[in-house]
Amino acid sequence: MAETVLETYGLTMRFGGVVASDNVDFKLHARELRCLIGPNGAGKSTFFKCVTGLQTPTEGEVYMRGVETTHWMPHQIASLGIGIKTQTPNVMDSLSVFENIWLAARRFFNSREANRKTQDIIERLALGAIARNDLGQLAHGERQRVELGLVAVGDPWLVFLDEPAAGMSAEDVERMTGIIHELNKTTAIIVVEHDMQFIRSIAKMVTVFHQGKILMEDHVDRVMSDPTVRNVYLGKNA
Amino acid sequence: MQGSLSKDAIIVIIVTAILIWIMPFIISTYTLTVLIIYGMLGLSLGLIWGFGGILCFGQAAFFGLGAYTYAIAAINFGESTIPMVLAVLVPAVFAALLGAMMFYGRLTDVYLGVITLVVTLILFKFINSTAGPQYVIGNARLGGFNGIPGFQTLNIPGRPDDYIWGDSYFYVCAILLAVVFFLVSALLRSSFGRIAVGIRENETRMSLMGYDVRARKTVLFAAGAAIAGLAGALFANWGEIVTPSLFSLGQSAEIIIWCIVGGLGTRLGPIIGAAGLAYLKFLLGQQMLIDNTLITGLILVLFVLFLPKGIVPAISNMWKVSFGRRQLGRIHQQRRIRHRGRANG
Ligand SMILES: Nc1ncnc2c1ncn2[C@@H]1O[C@H](COP(=O)(O)OP(=O)(O)OP(=O)(O)O)[C@@H](O)[C@H]1O
Ligand SMILES: [Mg+2]
Repeated sequence: MAETVLETYGLTMRFGGVVASDNVDFKLHARELRCLIGPNGAGKSTFFKCVTGLQTPTEGEVYMRGVETTHWMPHQIASLGIGIKTQTPNVMDSLSVFENIWLAARRFFNSREANRKTQDIIERLALGAIARNDLGQLAHGERQRVELGLVAVGDPWLVFLDEPAAGMSAEDVERMTGIIHELNKTTAIIVVEHDMQFIRSIAKMVTVFHQGKILMEDHVDRVMSDPTVRNVYLGKNA
Repeated sequence: MQGSLSKDAIIVIIVTAILIWIMPFIISTYTLTVLIIYGMLGLSLGLIWGFGGILCFGQAAFFGLGAYTYAIAAINFGESTIPMVLAVLVPAVFAALLGAMMFYGRLTDVYLGVITLVVTLILFKFINSTAGPQYVIGNARLGGFNGIPGFQTLNIPGRPDDYIWGDSYFYVCAILLAVVFFLVSALLRSSFGRIAVGIRENETRMSLMGYDVRARKTVLFAAGAAIAGLAGALFANWGEIVTPSLFSLGQSAEIIIWCIVGGLGTRLGPIIGAAGLAYLKFLLGQQMLIDNTLITGLILVLFVLFLPKGIVPAISNMWKVSFGRRQLGRIHQQRRIRHRGRANG
């Protein structure tokens, strides 16, 4: 069996009375691609934030490659070799595409090597024509692609993508699918998405969140045809 | 930034040489010296605020600390070399401790401003209250509001009797400013500097990339304080007395205004802002008609309204518009037109 890259035990996050993440036990293997789905407010992003150190969970434990990282800060977790894209765009708008990606690369490589890695990613993501443009000038789809580039450039072994295809054109989504498949050859990926077609095109295993809990975890086909899941998505009582 | 570090060095040397030669024909070297010192002080805040995004309301604290450290050490050592070094180190260490407390405590920008302001006030009050004979460090009496006069001024290293003063002191200050300017340029070209700019732009993103934002901000903050401390020591030598007014909030506010007027996010802007406004203040000081602070305030308001990015960015933009176009390829031009709407917004 493949190595486990991420485990959580009883992960719980409370905001006052709201239990955004409720006793979540989660496991992910090396080079696995997992989709998280669930209605708005189901706790997907909260789960991400607790695991990546952006929020400190109220209870529970997080392990990455067997190391406990429960109370670590985001930079410590990222330094392990973990790429993180948050739900809201998180980039340096007044810096160029090259500089954005270079800064990500520099964390793991020396300056010269970072230059090479950056060029490489820019070519792979077809960003060459806009490499010297400031990010603030780019279209939404291009910025999402750049953010994916800076997540990928450090050769991570675990990647978190919170809604990478949100608000993108069909063409951009297709390109994103290709990039994620390519990435998945070397790293485990967790993707949060609402776009079912996109999920079908990338995922095998899907975890469904509902009211902070894991409702179901199974192959994408079985999840999609499950009546409970359908009810949850349509807003009926589960 | 484009070009290379060696090109930077050549430009700095040439420009410095020309200015050292020409400026004394226009302004006395005595006045020029203090303009240079203020320029260095402006640069110290320009570095941490303009490139690191750390707005410090207490840059004068480091300036004053440098000046006092120099004065106290000079009295005790009877020569100037070790005191100069201490005047850089003491503010840097002080800033590193203060910065670590603020950045590791995850204070927001507002509280950072408040704390640096309060620290300046405390230092000011404290130094002011040290008039009594019990406040001595070694042979040096702190002197309270009277300040510390009569300390050993700059001498040639190893020869305490060979003072550097007058025109020579002007040359020393000018060259030191050029050296500091070059070091700042080198810092900004280095990975450390580029990462600092990244942190200025988006702290969360940088920490999600694996950078320890707290440590890096602390280091940058200390570097800024070191430069302010050096400026303070040079100021002590220039004035031959140090007084608590060095720590005043008015002084801190002025440094911030220099940076805004000259142009944040540039290396030259804060220097030009500082020297320009300080010279204006000097000219205004020779007349009695209009109040000085009123003019400074008015200038700040006018700049914020009409030239919010400051002098240097405005000039370099004008330069690009009038001379830069021919060098750009056609594709570039088209792209620029496409983006003009947003760029101007
Ligand atoms: N900082 C916070 N303070 C209080 N409540 C919060 C906070 N963050 C999230 N919540 C609440 O926790 C619940 C889960 O939110 P979360 O953002 O994790 O949902 P999500 O599954 O990512 O939804 P979406 O699909 O809309 O992104 C929601 O009810 C939300 O209102
Ligand atoms: Mg979300």
